Amino acid sequence: MDALDGNAIAGQLVVAFGHEMTTASGVCGRCGGQALLAETNVYLRAPGSVARCRACDNVLVVMVEVRGYTVVDLTGFSALEPA
Amino acid sequence: MAFISRGFRGRRREDADPSRVPPGQYVTSDFPVLSAGPTPHTPLDRWDFRIVGEVDEPRTWTWDEFQAAPHETVTVDIHCVTKWSKLDTTWTGVSVDTLLDGVATTAGYVLAFSDGGYTTNLPLADVTGGKAWIADGYAGEPLDPEHGGPARLLVPHLYFWKSAKWVRGLELRRDDQPGFWEGYGYHNYGDPWKEQRYAGD
Amino acid sequence: MVELVEQTRQTKSIVLDPPDWTGHRAGQHVDVRLTADDGYQAQRSYSIASAPEDQHLELTVERLDDGEVSPYLVDELRPGDQLELRGPIGGYFVWERSLGGPLLLIGGGSGIVPLRAMLRHHLATASDVPVRMLYSARSLDDVIYREELMQAGAEHGIDVRFTLTRKQPAGWDGYARRIDRDLIGEVSWPAGERPLVYVCGPTPFVETAAEALVGLGHEPGRVRTERFGPT
Repeated sequence: MDALDGNAIAGQLVVAFGHEMTTASGVCGRCGGQALLAETNVYLRAPGSVARCRACDNVLVVMVEVRGYTVVDLTGFSALEPA
Repeated sequence: MAFISRGFRGRRREDADPSRVPPGQYVTSDFPVLSAGPTPHTPLDRWDFRIVGEVDEPRTWTWDEFQAAPHETVTVDIHCVTKWSKLDTTWTGVSVDTLLDGVATTAGYVLAFSDGGYTTNLPLADVTGGKAWIADGYAGEPLDPEHGGPARLLVPHLYFWKSAKWVRGLELRRDDQPGFWEGYGYHNYGDPWKEQRYAGD
Repeated sequence: MVELVEQTRQTKSIVLDPPDWTGHRAGQHVDVRLTADDGYQAQRSYSIASAPEDQHLELTVERLDDGEVSPYLVDELRPGDQLELRGPIGGYFVWERSLGGPLLLIGGGSGIVPLRAMLRHHLATASDVPVRMLYSARSLDDVIYREELMQAGAEHGIDVRFTLTRKQPAGWDGYARRIDRDLIGEVSWPAGERPLVYVCGPTPFVETAAEALVGLGHEPGRVRTERFGPT
């Protein structure tokens, strides 16, 4: 299954954060690699959306929609700055 | 209230005996591939399956040892939390009862773990008594990597996110530890007949 | 929805007039949500094919044979039907003339859609940024916006090149293979010119192009990518 990229969850991110997030820049908590959210490997076909570090596959973002709420986990990042 | 898209029906749905379709599910003849990460490709000569945790001693099977274990073929219905059900799917695998045979444990829970870091939790009672297999074949063929091959957990009576793809072992535990999706709000148990999709359902 | 325009056998443009639409940037997309009468919903993202300067909003959809949403949009939708949209969305894969160039647009299959929006914006604003486009398609019949792109090449000085990977017409003197580093090297400006590059298409296409560009010395920060795929 080929991964997509952070552009594929751009709409979901806007719903969760209230603004554009694909140009937010983060540091992977596992390998220290830096990337824009648009430049992560995204897996959409799942019970939720998962964005992984392109360098080391570490899970950076998980978004799950539960009863109208979006649960967002960004703890795969050691740092994340909005654009 | 969303408006209706005239003429939209969605994926081609199969008609099915309603008594076989849990609430909120649609029946498909497709077999969608859902994944939270890249497809692992562990070479079979490096693959193993382990029973660890609250056990008298850990057990390990190499691929050859796993192949030599007695296999069964079962035909079951499977239900994905994304609302798709697939009826009469045929799998070949080793019953978890066989793998746990002779294992002494006080554990009440299991955490299945997979290549790539995926985990899912179940009561031990839900993977024993003929309810679960480690499946290495689907529809008469070796299980495709996209569908969890070389081997996946198969627990058809629960939502299919519990049937961990690329499974590498079961950790037997005295306490229940939520797995990957359970930690994000999916239901801890996941009975499709009670529509237990999310925590609190 | 205003109009449907067949682009190729497998793709159709959907022209819309959303009320309260406040405009967009070239490269952005919308999320389309469909609801069946039993409440079943499906949602997909589609790049906006029109420039911000165009009168209507245009989406171009490729029918995937085993798709759930695209066959409905391409085969079933009729003028007068309504679509539920969210957007415009995206801040990364966007180009506007103030970003400058030179501008290199590399598209594979339906990946050409957001690049066409960028090209239209470039032309509509009479931008003097030099533009080159490389479009990979299976055959000439699969080239979306064929006349428009050829016209851009012939009349507007845009360097538009095609590579037809499966079937070429008689006498074809363009590229006839899948993209590779040599092909990209021939089409691209040298890395020293620091072009802004936008690559869009299926994941393997995008990864091949991005790797080739970085291998040719282009700064990763000036290469923007958008992967398309089944969802």
